[in-house]
Amino acid sequence: MLPLFYIFGAVAILAALSVVLQQTPVYSALSLIVVLCSLAVVYLLLGAEFLAVIQVIVYAGAIMVLFVLVIMLLNARRETPADRSRMARWLGFPLLIAFFGQILFATWRHFSGLHATPQMAAGPKSIGELLFRNYALPFELTSVLILVAILGAVILAKKQV
Amino acid sequence: MIQDYLPILIHMVIVVVLALALMGLSSWVGVRRPTREKNAPYECGIPPVGNAREKFSISFYLVGMLFILFDVEVAFLFPWAVVYKSLKWFGFIEMFIFVGVLFAGYIYIWKKGALDWSR
Repeated sequence: MLPLFYIFGAVAILAALSVVLQQTPVYSALSLIVVLCSLAVVYLLLGAEFLAVIQVIVYAGAIMVLFVLVIMLLNARRETPADRSRMARWLGFPLLIAFFGQILFATWRHFSGLHATPQMAAGPKSIGELLFRNYALPFELTSVLILVAILGAVILAKKQV
Repeated sequence: MIQDYLPILIHMVIVVVLALALMGLSSWVGVRRPTREKNAPYECGIPPVGNAREKFSISFYLVGMLFILFDVEVAFLFPWAVVYKSLKWFGFIEMFIFVGVLFAGYIYIWKKGALDWSR
């Protein structure tokens, strides 16, 4: 179990780096699919089967379709590196180190004694119980959110035609 | 429980090994005599026309967006179906309102003609 976690965690990090470093937007999108799929495997290893499957269907499937469509719509080509400002050059790297140090410190301090076990399982049953009993109102509000998104999409896309 | 997914892992390993083996073998054994035609992208035998990064109609974007939204709706149906029996009528009414709100959105899309490709 643990070696699998390390393998797919490493794949996720490498692919995430590739998302940032690729200069062709479509390559970044493809790397993002790898990130999302390996995160799905990590969810699966934690016992969250339902989340893993939803991650693949909704994120790696549907959301990525949208990303690629937007890349095509904007007609994005290879990025040309812009001239970095002097402030970014001198402050960027130290700030990056500080940021990562802070994250590492916080993680180490809060989660050092904690171990994720498959007993923290989030199968469809426990998610359903929580969602439809304890969080019924947020669930209903989600439908309104989706409705607003539908209206927004139609209005934005239909205006030009 | 996790062990049920072992076939998927084996499948993934086979896929990676097979892909690497095929690519490795073809670059190791294969003979390379490139010509202009061989290097051109293959497009059903027709000579390739223009750039692949073409601007698409906004209709594709609209259909993609609407697909995602209703995809998310269906994603909520899975955990609901699992606990449906224990929730009894409460769960039924809950999901009825949820689907009802989205059905209003569906009618809106229909009336606006967002699904008509020609418009």
